[in-house]
Amino acid sequence: MELFLTEIANGLFLGAFFALVAVGYSMVYGILRLINFAHGDFFMVAAFVSYTILGAVAVGHAHMVWFTVIWVGLLVMFLTGLLAVLANRLIYHPMRRAALLSLMIAALGLSQVLENGVLNIPSWGSAFLTYPVTSPATGFTIGPTHFTWFQLIIVVISGLLSLGVYLLVSRTLLGKAMRAVSEDRVAAALMGINVDLVIAVVFFIGGALAGAAAVMTGVYYGQINYLMGWTVGLEAFTAAVLGGIGNIGGAVLGGVVLGIAQSVGTGLFGAEWALVVTFVVLVLLLWLRPTGILGERVARRM
Amino acid sequence: MVLAALVPHMTGNQYYLSVAYQAEVLICLAIGLNLVVGYCGLLDLGFAAFFAIGAYTTGILSVDRHWTILATILPGVAIAVVCAVIIGLPTLRLRSDYLAVVTLGFGLIIQTIASNLTQTGGPTGIYGIPVLTVGRIVIQSATSFYYLFLILLVLFVFISLRVRNSRIGRAWLCIREDEDAAQAMGIKIHRYKMYAYMGGAVMGSVAGALYAPALTAISPPSFGFSESLLILMAVAIGGMGSVWGAILGGGIVVILPEAFRQFAQARLLIFGAVLIIIMMTRPRGLFPEGAFRGTATRLRERFNDRSPPRPLVAPPEAAVRDASSEGP
Repeated sequence: MELFLTEIANGLFLGAFFALVAVGYSMVYGILRLINFAHGDFFMVAAFVSYTILGAVAVGHAHMVWFTVIWVGLLVMFLTGLLAVLANRLIYHPMRRAALLSLMIAALGLSQVLENGVLNIPSWGSAFLTYPVTSPATGFTIGPTHFTWFQLIIVVISGLLSLGVYLLVSRTLLGKAMRAVSEDRVAAALMGINVDLVIAVVFFIGGALAGAAAVMTGVYYGQINYLMGWTVGLEAFTAAVLGGIGNIGGAVLGGVVLGIAQSVGTGLFGAEWALVVTFVVLVLLLWLRPTGILGERVARRM
Repeated sequence: MVLAALVPHMTGNQYYLSVAYQAEVLICLAIGLNLVVGYCGLLDLGFAAFFAIGAYTTGILSVDRHWTILATILPGVAIAVVCAVIIGLPTLRLRSDYLAVVTLGFGLIIQTIASNLTQTGGPTGIYGIPVLTVGRIVIQSATSFYYLFLILLVLFVFISLRVRNSRIGRAWLCIREDEDAAQAMGIKIHRYKMYAYMGGAVMGSVAGALYAPALTAISPPSFGFSESLLILMAVAIGGMGSVWGAILGGGIVVILPEAFRQFAQARLLIFGAVLIIIMMTRPRGLFPEGAFRGTATRLRERFNDRSPPRPLVAPPEAAVRDASSEGP
């Protein structure tokens, strides 16, 4: 039972990462109905970019290291957002009239390009790289389980970012525009909404969240690899579907549920079966509740 | 076809022949997937799972139980169909996106099972798969496998073309074009989607069963997501819904990376870029179904040249997609 609680706690941290990536996935899906397979690779590229920047600036600033991590994190969020916007502008935007399947395949192509692009950059390559900053082990203990401060920080930051996006979408004029575009693009355009701008903003937010998740992953797990985006992207997408794809609360909830399911599954059956547990949970859920935990009737799209 | 049959006589090079029969296998798989994606409009991201089921069933039965290869094809097909039913029943009722995730997961699960069970040899896989014999004929050299897969390929092409013009095929195309209209016309969409998915499973597992003796050793990495992706790319590059497109696409997908082999690590990068460019310039593939389509559709497109290719999910999207690109 104690072990079980530990697994649930670990699942929560895992879920915090999934949630951040899943929100981006879900927003892009909500507005374009596109499964953006390259989204996980934005996350991976962000991890590598932050690795290089941190490696260059963090040396010799031991007492200022967390300050450095924060501004590098913000910078990487901005850059990843930009990467997502660029991908939209160069690939998805010109293809807007094409069938969705063609768009998805272009997304798969982009994912290949990003992964193999990173693979071919000499200072990055295929090895597992050690992240320049790692999280300290200090923390607090509840019952039998030891938590580090950094784990708490991850949950708080993920929560705040998701909440911020949720408020942006539900309370602001820009958010209203997003919901309108997601609902009916023609009508939104006729009402004078700049559809292309709204789509670009959605891509930017998704990329930025993936960037934040990447920096936290690097610090928390301490190593990065060019294939890391693929599994995270897959799991984030599952999380988004699990929660009810297209809405933000659902993505967060799905992320947490998936994180816990995977963590408990790993505890029960071993790490190699984690992915199987994930998908069995997904199939069961789709069977019982096809629209996800927060189905479209309960929670609005976006 | 005559030309294809003569290929082994034109080149004695075993390397070219092995690339050629790999291309044939991939084309067979692409034709199988074309039933699902091209005809019925369902996005399947885990097609290699059926390929794996076929290959592994043959491997296990022939190595551990000493069955002859031909006898192992049927059990493989049976298992594949059962899996297709288990996966398809709950998910084919849902939107197409969900099918994409579930099939993706199914592919990963099959691969995970293969690399973790002792019966499947774990990560090392199964080796020492016996020689394939059909009656007196021993199929062991690259040339004989080339002919074997050529026969399979022709068979699959024949079946695909015949099915397309049957009742089932017409129902599939209807479902792909407009699910609601199809249902309104009395087509049992769930049942016909199931048929498409099962048809793909049968073709995939037969190809897998015959590919196992060609490789003599099989291991989990050959049946991963990248394999599913490759098959899907073959269908998409060649042209969705077109059997000839699938043939062309399968050829490109196998031969292009081989041609870029000298660039070693960069070849997948180039491959990805080529894929994006093809999708951007010819979103319906190089050799789409349009070339063979009925005059009605062609006329409609002539009068309305900005009519978008069919969307994968919701019909109203077609209008939305169209108008937004002229946004304010």
